[in-house]
Amino acid sequence: MAAILQTHSLGISFGGLKAVQDLNITLNEGDLVGLIGPNGAGKTTVFNLLTGMYLPTTGDIIFKGESIVGLKPYEIAAKGITRTFQNIRLFGELTVLENVLIARHLHVPYNMLHGIFRLGKYYQGEKEMREEALELLKIMNLAHKAEERAKNLPYGEQRRLEIARALATQPALLLLDEPAAGMNPQETSELMELIGFIRDKFNLTILLIEHDMHLVMNICERIYVLDYGINIAHGTPEEIKNNPRVIEAYLGEGA
Amino acid sequence: MTEFIQQLINGISVGSIYALIALGYTMVYGIIKLINFAHGDVYMLGAFAGLYATAVLKMSFVPAMLVSMVACAILGIVIERLAYRPLRNAPKIVILITAIGVSLLLEYTTMYFLGPQPRAFPEVFKQVSYPLFGGKVTVSNRELLIIVVTVILMVLLQYIVHNTKIGKAMRAVSYDMQAARLMGINVDTTISITFAIGSALAAAAGVLVGIYYNKVWPLMGIMFGLKAFVSAVLGGIGIIPGAMTGGLILGITESLVSGYGSSLYRDPVAFVILIIILLVKPSGLFGKNVREKV
Amino acid sequence: MKWMLKNWLTKENLTATVLLLVLMFGVQTLYSAELISPFVMLNLIIIAINIILAVSLNLVVGFTGQFSIGHAGFMALGAYASAIMTLNFNAPFIVSLLVGAVVAGIGGILIGIPTLRLKGDYLAIATLGLAEIIRGVITNIDYLGGAYGLMGITQRTNWLWAFGSMVVTVIVIKNFVQSSHGRACISVRENEIAAEAMGINTTRYKVLAFTMGSFFAGIGGALLAHYITFIEPNAFNFLKSFDILVMVVLGGQGSITGSVVAAIVLTLISTFLQSLAELRLIIYAIILILVMLFRPQGLLGTHELSFKLFQRKRGVSHGSHSADA
Repeated sequence: MAAILQTHSLGISFGGLKAVQDLNITLNEGDLVGLIGPNGAGKTTVFNLLTGMYLPTTGDIIFKGESIVGLKPYEIAAKGITRTFQNIRLFGELTVLENVLIARHLHVPYNMLHGIFRLGKYYQGEKEMREEALELLKIMNLAHKAEERAKNLPYGEQRRLEIARALATQPALLLLDEPAAGMNPQETSELMELIGFIRDKFNLTILLIEHDMHLVMNICERIYVLDYGINIAHGTPEEIKNNPRVIEAYLGEGA
Repeated sequence: MTEFIQQLINGISVGSIYALIALGYTMVYGIIKLINFAHGDVYMLGAFAGLYATAVLKMSFVPAMLVSMVACAILGIVIERLAYRPLRNAPKIVILITAIGVSLLLEYTTMYFLGPQPRAFPEVFKQVSYPLFGGKVTVSNRELLIIVVTVILMVLLQYIVHNTKIGKAMRAVSYDMQAARLMGINVDTTISITFAIGSALAAAAGVLVGIYYNKVWPLMGIMFGLKAFVSAVLGGIGIIPGAMTGGLILGITESLVSGYGSSLYRDPVAFVILIIILLVKPSGLFGKNVREKV
Repeated sequence: MKWMLKNWLTKENLTATVLLLVLMFGVQTLYSAELISPFVMLNLIIIAINIILAVSLNLVVGFTGQFSIGHAGFMALGAYASAIMTLNFNAPFIVSLLVGAVVAGIGGILIGIPTLRLKGDYLAIATLGLAEIIRGVITNIDYLGGAYGLMGITQRTNWLWAFGSMVVTVIVIKNFVQSSHGRACISVRENEIAAEAMGINTTRYKVLAFTMGSFFAGIGGALLAHYITFIEPNAFNFLKSFDILVMVVLGGQGSITGSVVAAIVLTLISTFLQSLAELRLIIYAIILILVMLFRPQGLLGTHELSFKLFQRKRGVSHGSHSADA
């Protein structure tokens, strides 16, 4: 199976602080991989590196065979990597549908002049975009709230909307940052099914950050463990569960 | 060479004024991230207060300046309380517009009651010029006054900020308002005091300018206020030593450009410096780049 | 083709077109018949120009969320460029207008690219500073009349031109905002980091909005120049920029109809207070502060008024205007 993403000695330092050091991860097409570690381990930093928000101080990131280091976030999104955020970053004042429509802009079927002069292509294009967006919302069970302002949604639905929005960019690699944060067990269960479902339906590779061990252990095929910016373990859920270094990182020495 | 020194002396005097006013901008920005557009007008009112104290109340220099500083400190507190505190969590643009509104209010109210024409400051000191370097350079007692008063006030400010409890509170609130509140610091009072100190310094600047240039008028706060603001940005807005340094650099640069080039270029210097700083290092000479957390 | 016709010839559009045509030619006729006084006409034209200025600034500030407080600088570029075309090259009005707009637009690109990297307060100060520099430069160029300005510009702006330009401006901006590209701009305002992550080149859209805004500000400036027939650098100072900004904020950032309404209301208030001279600005400042304290989202927030006042119609960043406008 082809490796869709590879990092080679990826690292970033902020001033003197080495937030991420010497990270080597490989994701193959279709993988569902977890990234875990105690708070402050640098997991979101890794996401920020992969999506171009931070420029690495060392190392390389190879996506679909080419280096993406130095590309701007929107360029990386165009290449096929997209993400959700730990602290929800929806377009609050806009409707649920509009949030998704904006993510469809990457594939907009008309140009600015069509829009300004309201030519046929605009109307056709808008119709297409809206239909595609609604389809996605239906799959994510949010279609009934399409005209609702995003900021008015309950928390769980906001998280789902973030995922729907990310999917709208038609990514090959989806990075989920703590998708289950703040969810109750019922919601988490549904989320687990959803993640598996979208991975299959959209042919995605998924890398997810999570603290909810139940979710991680149950859906991830492989797990990378980060502690103080260093990858201290890598393996299947079974292997990670029993890894003494991992246990120590989470529970402290002598646990 | 002597020409250079002469310009330097002029520059340091003007720069000191900019620094005094800049401190108000920078302290307020540091603590509540607000560009207090009305600050230049507090400086203007300080000058008028000084005028009133010397011309009407017949006070001498030091009492007049103290009266002016107290009056403006109160004004600063009032403005903060009425216009800015209710908007502490409002969107940036709303606060910006309110600040500009307050500025216009102060300017036009003053103009309404006192007319737009400049008024002369009474001669509090007789102007004396001291020749240096064999008469090729002159320093007037007014320039010395400005420099001396500025130094005294700056030392006082440094002392307050670094050696008193209130200073510690000010620094704490400017780092993290929430945390300061949780530590039991009365954030509202701290902010009020910050405004008071900044306004008092601006008032002092106003009185000094009144004495130096011998005239005050309702719109005098615009140019000086703007240049003081540029000084604050140059040094790094929110950073106290930055305001002082920025003021001096601007003052000296202006003098040199004006002296060696043409006086027409004096005002544009501030704008050019502003644009350069904003494009090259917006956080200013002493500033640090703060990243938004993703 | 059928798409166009089907969507252009809606009841809404036809009603609006008729109303606009009636306004446009009706007023002109009344004026020619001397049933509308020159004073009223002056106000109507200034209102139209202010609408152009407010809506164009709203695109930048309200929809794209960029703090531009130097809009008058672009007005100046448009005013002077068009005036030169008329005075020194005897250009037809449409050419002068377009040259003014293009020069202003180019100014927008040149200023936008370096400054739009800045955020919030810094951007505000940069735009303020650059507008002042433009003014300063104009004041020092004799060809442009220096501090004395340019006089004797042929009065070409009449109601038809002003109203027509206003309609074009509003339609273009409205169409832009209600398209995918407009949404991209709005996403920049809402959450720039998320927008980038979703593939939006935020810098490009900021510059785009800024340039469009400047372009139309240029038209406003050109129209003004050819109405008042005399322009000088002081007419385009910070107070002018501030005036336009107030219209945008008072009308509701992100609401085109809000800007239109605010432009009308504020121009009228300005006229009525004219007799009160200095008191006018004091009252203005007080009203401003009060509105900021008690209704900061302005008249319409991000809502738009539409014909379907009695139905619940939603569009881009619109909401039900009856409930929570």
